[in-house]
Amino acid sequence: MAYEVNGSTVEHDEEGYITNLADWTKELADVIAETEEIDMNEEHWAVVNFLREYYDEYQIAPAVRVLIKAIKKEMGPEKGNNKYMYELFPYGPAKQACKIAGLPKPTGCV
Amino acid sequence: MSDVKKFLYVNRKAPYGTIYALESLEVVLIGAAFEQDVSLAFLDDGVFQLTKGQNTDGIGIKNFSPTFRALGDFEVTKLYVEKDSLEERGLSPDDLQEIMYEDEDDDWEEKPSIRLVSRAEMADVMADQDVVLSF
Amino acid sequence: MSTLHTVNKSPFATQTLMSCLNHCKDGDAVLMIEDGVYGALANSGMADFVRAKSASLAIYVMSPDTAARGLAEDKLLGEVSGVDYAGFVDLVAKHDRTQSWL
Repeated sequence: MAYEVNGSTVEHDEEGYITNLADWTKELADVIAETEEIDMNEEHWAVVNFLREYYDEYQIAPAVRVLIKAIKKEMGPEKGNNKYMYELFPYGPAKQACKIAGLPKPTGCV
Repeated sequence: MSDVKKFLYVNRKAPYGTIYALESLEVVLIGAAFEQDVSLAFLDDGVFQLTKGQNTDGIGIKNFSPTFRALGDFEVTKLYVEKDSLEERGLSPDDLQEIMYEDEDDDWEEKPSIRLVSRAEMADVMADQDVVLSF
Repeated sequence: MSTLHTVNKSPFATQTLMSCLNHCKDGDAVLMIEDGVYGALANSGMADFVRAKSASLAIYVMSPDTAARGLAEDKLLGEVSGVDYAGFVDLVAKHDRTQSWL
């Protein structure tokens, strides 16, 4: 199973998480988002970028409440809440945003 | 939640030779969702899990030592490290990475998560738990 | 408040038994299981240490595991009591928590 980006292919698992984290590009993120039926805007990107930075530092995706706390800090309380996050990523901020960010499925998600 | 229990995760194995250390960390992270009173104990070879400067590029295994620094975000803020175990291995506290958490009840002040304890104090920590999980 | 500790490694292969005994509180129980039962040998280099600890701890050995390994009762420390699987369950029930030493 693979995504196609600019004529090359990027492998992913049965749930759509890419196999090799180093394969990630911004173009790939757009392709994954499309399969998730998400039209990436700035607000989506802010979350995806936060996740990637967090993973780079700690080698793990943050817990949802950590993610929400960080968004609150950066973008204010009207956005740092569950409702807003689910509006951005209707099938779960952790699962969908991590997938688009090219990270492994979050620990603790089944 | 009304029924909070004290959970202690006991780490006694070095990080990469066996899967115990990584499994322990994953269980801690998953278990954090249950909002219990969680502590971690590092003794015997378990103290090697916290050394700074780990680089696993050459052995094809993920370096999970940075993840300990994320534990504070999961509200896991008590990492008991046994001094005697460090000394027996020729290590000092300076050989361990710095692990901090932000104290929600104290204006988000940064505080160290690592608490150095003697062997006798570690025995007290163990005896003070509702549930002890060993790795 | 007391703890049941189980040890499943031979003391001649790892420090597990030593570490366990050094972290017990007075009144705790230690149950040697699987390869841990070698810690109950009466004439080994560990015997004096285990015997000394038995003054403040109750030390048990899993009899099916000693039998499987051909350790006759007269080879084992007199301070160590044998239990079967039902006895193991009783020990778990009798203590406030169980801690496995691996």
